[in-house]
Amino acid sequence: MKNVIFNKMSRLIVVTAGIIIAFTSMVHSKDAIKIGTFLSVSGPASFLGDPELKTLKMYVEKINAEGGVLGRKLELVHYDVQHVAKKAVTAVKRLIDQDKVDVIVGGSTSGQTMAVIKLVEKAGIPFISLAGAAVITDPVKKWVFKTPHTDILAAKKIFNDMKENGWNKLGLLSGAGGFDKSCRKSVTKVAPGYGIEIVADETHGKGDTDMTPQLTKLKNAPGIQAFMYCGFGAATSIVAKNFKQLGLSLQHYQSHGAGSKSFIKNAAGAAEGARLPAAALLVVDALPDDDPQKSVAGAYRAAYEGKYKDAVSTFGGHAYDGLMIVVEAMKRAGSTDKEKVRIEIENTKNFVGADGIFTMSATDHLGLDEKSFVMVEVSNGTWKKLK
Amino acid sequence: MFADFLQFLISGITVGAIYGLVGLGFSVIYNASNVINFAQGEFVMIGGMASVSFLSMGIPMPLAIVLAVVVTTFVGFALEIFAIEPARHNSVVSLIIITIGASIFLRGLAQIIWDRNYHNLPAFSGDDPIKLWGAALQPQSLWVMGGAGIIVLLLWLFFNHSILGKAILATSFNPLAAELVGIDTRRILQISFALSAALGAIAGILVAPIALTYTNVGVMLGLKGFCAAIVGGLGNPMGAIAGGLAVGIAEAFTAGYISSAYKDAVAFVIIILVLLFLPSGLFGRKEIDKV
Repeated sequence: MKNVIFNKMSRLIVVTAGIIIAFTSMVHSKDAIKIGTFLSVSGPASFLGDPELKTLKMYVEKINAEGGVLGRKLELVHYDVQHVAKKAVTAVKRLIDQDKVDVIVGGSTSGQTMAVIKLVEKAGIPFISLAGAAVITDPVKKWVFKTPHTDILAAKKIFNDMKENGWNKLGLLSGAGGFDKSCRKSVTKVAPGYGIEIVADETHGKGDTDMTPQLTKLKNAPGIQAFMYCGFGAATSIVAKNFKQLGLSLQHYQSHGAGSKSFIKNAAGAAEGARLPAAALLVVDALPDDDPQKSVAGAYRAAYEGKYKDAVSTFGGHAYDGLMIVVEAMKRAGSTDKEKVRIEIENTKNFVGADGIFTMSATDHLGLDEKSFVMVEVSNGTWKKLK
Repeated sequence: MFADFLQFLISGITVGAIYGLVGLGFSVIYNASNVINFAQGEFVMIGGMASVSFLSMGIPMPLAIVLAVVVTTFVGFALEIFAIEPARHNSVVSLIIITIGASIFLRGLAQIIWDRNYHNLPAFSGDDPIKLWGAALQPQSLWVMGGAGIIVLLLWLFFNHSILGKAILATSFNPLAAELVGIDTRRILQISFALSAALGAIAGILVAPIALTYTNVGVMLGLKGFCAAIVGGLGNPMGAIAGGLAVGIAEAFTAGYISSAYKDAVAFVIIILVLLFLPSGLFGRKEIDKV
């Protein structure tokens, strides 16, 4: 008898609890605009996902404190997908089916982004990717946008600089990573249009510790005038050290993959004179005061570094731009209706972000050109803007 | 022409010495227990990362290096006590799998304790390259080569002329017999892990000014070091260095004269050839089973 009562009571409790949860979540979902995200917060690509998540969290908090968007609060729904494309697919399924998010801003790597495009297109949900590869928005996909510069833009920027100096023979070295390969492909693809000839095309393996054989070979390539390295991480500094070790007198170019203070610091002086296309965010101090990006990128940097006591990176900047473009689009659309928001993202015009000034269109879902890069040279241990 | 050849050779020897130095660490634990410690690369990483972080705390370089070696030694010791010891009576294969788990754990832990960036350790004798007949050498390469040579010598003395070294070898040949003559085989295993960790740390520190250091640096360095140890003959310190040099020089010449795309393949072809024709490596001891 006692058991029966107990049973009934516990059932009642469960049911009431269930109703309360259902009710609160209903109110919640009606109230908040849900921003879904999936990032590589742990694992080998965590240097991307970590600053991205921190940035999203910080700005969602900030926007909410200022009253939210369309009078509603923002709610960030996040899944850590490490660097695994399969996990990204699961996460996006959950974001769409279970969490019913209004928009997705995420995808730290190009592999993850490419893996979820089909899902996003089918569900018809605006998606801003934070990954680099050009294939993400080329060809254009209806629901897919991205904020980071592509390596095509980086190659164009470098070739412009080469032409101004009258150089047209380039020796290329690239690593084995996805970024490296994509960069190498873009450089080889864009080069003929600028009259640049690739006179040497060398590669190195993952985790290599010495690239002097490749550089020695490059040095001997007939007519070589400039050298470019496609890659990021520790290898950028190792290449710079080897370049100095061999005493090469060519102009040394790096891709935007070297665009972090680590490159300069860890090359221990060997990065001096190297040129690279960098996001304005990294060279805020070197920008002239009338540059519209100076205040935006400067404010982001100050906020990030103030809150997390960690040097700002371009990756966090991609997340900042992605979130802000979505927020602006929702404000213009006056609703979170997915199609309306999509059209308004496409209508983004002269939006000043950390990565550059975005102007999107139905045929351009990135909205940046090579002018969004700033050509810098390493000088006295810091970036110096060229011209 | 000769300058290029010399440059490739210098690169090969530098890289080979790095592989060999990392490979050395495998020999001690292997000698004590026939276990291949796949967390060896993580000892290399901890050595490098710890010295960088001590240095950034304002501790002078020599002291930072000593502290880093001590910390890593302690990690090796703790690894044995907490992960290997409880599974001591399982097969060698299980122990090897435990070391793989430990390597993933240590890498994750390092990401939490330190950061996800890469770091440079200042070169011991400056960054100005040494010119030799048109080729250039980083002074730190000499440290790596010298360090490798000295450690090989010390290990040789240790295994052949010290009671402890002989006890380690005795334990690997026959643990039961070793216990019967009064060797504490549990202690031996602990000591071998601590010693391996110390060797790994020294390798990581010597290499860091060339290869830089980051939490994933041990993955590839550990793998290449393992290749060096296999080619040279597991358990033989001299062999690890010879194997490292063979792999490193072959890589450099392939990159220089054939194509850098085939560079990594060459290392693996060497390993396959060695395993096919000299299963116990260039300097390995022959496995003799008495029936």
